Amino acid sequence: MYPQEFYESLKRVEATRKARLNQVFPRLSMEERSALLEKFHPDYKKETMREISVGISKGEKTPHEFADLLEAYSYLDPKRFVIPAPKYEVDVLIIGGGGAGVAAALTASEVGADVLLVTKLRIGDANTTMAQGGIQAADKENDSPAIHYLDIMGGGGFKNIPELVRALVNDGPEVIRWLEELGVIFDKAEDGTMLSIHGGGTSRKRMHPCRDYTGAEIMRCLKDEFLDRKIKYIEYTASIELLKDNVGNCVGAVLVNMETGEVFTIKSKTTILATGGAGRLHIQGFPTSNHYGATGDGVVLAYRAGAKLIYLDTIQYHPTGVAFPEQILGQLITEKVRGLGAQLVNAYGEQFIYELETRDVVASAIIREVQERQKGVVTSTGGGVWLDTPLIEMKFGKGTIQKQLPAMYRQFIKFGIDMTQEPVLTYPTQHYQNGGILCNEFGETNVPNLYVAGEVSGGVHGRNRLMGNSLLDVLVFGRRAGRHAAEKSKEISKIGEPTLLHLIDYHSELKKLGIPESRRSPMILPDYRPQEFRGKFHFLSKLTEFNAERNNI
Amino acid sequence: MMKDFARIYIMGKEYQVPRHLTILQAIEHAGFLFVRGCGCRGGFCGACATVYRMRDSYKLKVALACQTKIEDGMYLAQIPFYPGNKAEHNIASLTPTTETLCMLYPEIMRCISCGSCSKVCPQDIKVMDYINAAIRGDYKKVVELSFDCIMCGLCATRCPAEIVHYYVALAARRIYGAHIMKKAPHLDKRLQEMKEKKFDPELEKLMRSSVEDLKKLYASRDIEP
Ligand SMILES: Cc1cc2nc3c(=O)[nH]c(=O)nc-3n(C[C@H](O)[C@H](O)[C@H](O)COP(=O)(O)OP(=O)(O)OC[C@H]3O[C@@H](n4cnc5c(N)ncnc54)[C@H](O)[C@@H]3O)c2cc1C
Ligand code: FES
Repeated sequence: MYPQEFYESLKRVEATRKARLNQVFPRLSMEERSALLEKFHPDYKKETMREISVGISKGEKTPHEFADLLEAYSYLDPKRFVIPAPKYEVDVLIIGGGGAGVAAALTASEVGADVLLVTKLRIGDANTTMAQGGIQAADKENDSPAIHYLDIMGGGGFKNIPELVRALVNDGPEVIRWLEELGVIFDKAEDGTMLSIHGGGTSRKRMHPCRDYTGAEIMRCLKDEFLDRKIKYIEYTASIELLKDNVGNCVGAVLVNMETGEVFTIKSKTTILATGGAGRLHIQGFPTSNHYGATGDGVVLAYRAGAKLIYLDTIQYHPTGVAFPEQILGQLITEKVRGLGAQLVNAYGEQFIYELETRDVVASAIIREVQERQKGVVTSTGGGVWLDTPLIEMKFGKGTIQKQLPAMYRQFIKFGIDMTQEPVLTYPTQHYQNGGILCNEFGETNVPNLYVAGEVSGGVHGRNRLMGNSLLDVLVFGRRAGRHAAEKSKEISKIGEPTLLHLIDYHSELKKLGIPESRRSPMILPDYRPQEFRGKFHFLSKLTEFNAERNNI
Repeated sequence: MMKDFARIYIMGKEYQVPRHLTILQAIEHAGFLFVRGCGCRGGFCGACATVYRMRDSYKLKVALACQTKIEDGMYLAQIPFYPGNKAEHNIASLTPTTETLCMLYPEIMRCISCGSCSKVCPQDIKVMDYINAAIRGDYKKVVELSFDCIMCGLCATRCPAEIVHYYVALAARRIYGAHIMKKAPHLDKRLQEMKEKKFDPELEKLMRSSVEDLKKLYASRDIEP
């Protein structure tokens, strides 16, 4: 239910609706796009970033919130922590149970490797499950991997790593077939033709949706297959550090059981980090669309182990996060809503941007409309603009929203807002980590035997990912990393002795910089308790004791 | 009590929390740190299944803690885990016959049509109806009715026949997707073309192009209406 003070604006939106129905706001020229981004995109605010002062990618910029985690001490003191004998020894250790991790586990086990997957929450409690809009792949007659390639490069500001993009577009069709065979139910016509649609920045209709539960549908099928194959896994267990041998190979990880506080190690021939993104850092105070565990842990772990970063200074703000009601602030209103014809209009019912420009551009335009032009709707948490959803049913007929956007419809109707009748209020939300750990087309990082896959990695999307390409990314590179890591593990006969030597230099650098020892990472979970309850997490108490002891010395 | 605060009971203990919060936020506000019972925070993962009743009522209600605003007098408990039985299968070798689902999950035959499962579903899915469809081997119906299931598990907690509905639905959907739904014909074609490396020259050419040239190509690319 909207508050009284919105009514006037709602009336204006309604009044202009009919006239707008077939009006398309002109697309911006390349110059107009750049000007808009420079002035309004959060990434372009210089004071919100700083150069990283430690580690291998020293000097590169990243938001303060990320820098704080990179410029932080491990929970483990490398000089005093006695590395426990490994609880498990496996060929391939996979950290993170979202789409990338589970896809990697499936291919690694197909190659015959002994695989163990550990994850912080449950398998599938992950950003993958939340993806609504769809997955891209160039599988139609009028499309090709080359056309897909060009779209991706343009979206990414032409900064993408070409070999990674080639892998992404070339594996696309195969991944879709693989999903079909696993039983994923895409939106299809009777004869099997995909009902694919546009997404922001696509030149062909190559987004494959499963209603608006695309990620959930893919993830539950992957998870079910994973369980069917009886692959080993441990849930509610976070990796807090990687282990390396004395010649620099990654040889496993240190983990903490988040229910009992048990600290243990796993020794592995190869290790794949698939820990996903970092929305829960709430960069610049933005709300987020991400799951509870999206705290950037993998970037921290890999970086401390010596892996290089790329483009960690670009964060994707999804243009249409929920701006009202505040209970679901920041949650996603899928781009599919715009794909189906809902327009963005200001408080006066005027269009101000073409809805399917790339996300960075649309987000900037909304920020401009609200902050500079002051033409947004004011709310207790800030403001927003309208996403005029009733247009969808005017275009495609009654019932379209409930059929194609059931999750969206449900989300709003729970709070008394019927999006078939009324528009929904929206403002950008922190959504995706465009950059991450640098890797090659097999997911290998510069640290031997350490792989990354999925949102934790960087390079393939350049400086801005297009919708639908990250579900593809997690599956393409998850599968590639799994296969490659499994093959590689066969070449390794003996795993080196695990050490934390890499932390010694890192910690002394931090000390030299005067960084307080109380600053520890990875974050593991965001802490939304009131200030008076915050502090060390109970499951880290064993490590806290240990640290207290150290401080006494 | 201040008017902006509500009184809620978390596992029987009283707390006062700001009225505008969701159940999830309210539990955090009371000082709890979630390890279990919270996953996506967006209504997609089913980790936050919650059972409650109002203080003066015997009627049990359910909610997704992340999608539901608190109300004064809620008596809350979460069900973060339920030991549901999943039949292991090999999807490729399953056949979509009328009996397949009953063979995988014979307990569905014990359904007494009490409707408890449908009543308890926070997604308002007609759970009992899809179980009946599963018994009949009507895969399409199961798919239609169950697609929005987020596997929170509340249905299974209430079932007198010990059915684990969400796994039955998942098996039905996977069988339908893999064996009944037609594979995309354009995909067959594309996969063949990929095998023949039909697009490689064009792609290699783009990879070798300068950024300036790519920019021109990008700006002038035609866009499917
Ligand atoms: C709301 C939303 C909508 C989206 N819509 C789309 C879309 O329509 N199309 C599209 O292509 N993309 C979409 N995306 C993006 C896409 O879903 C994600 O980028 C992608 O799924 C990430 O997959 P992943 O496997 O890399 O990470 P995740 O799926 O997030 O999985 C990472 C897993 O690792 C675990 N983990 C984290 N840290 C640790 C640790 N220290 N130890 C152990 N485990 C850990 C996490 O808990 C999580 O389970 C969307 C994202 C969101 C949030
Ligand atoms: S936390 Fe995922 S559904 Fe509520």
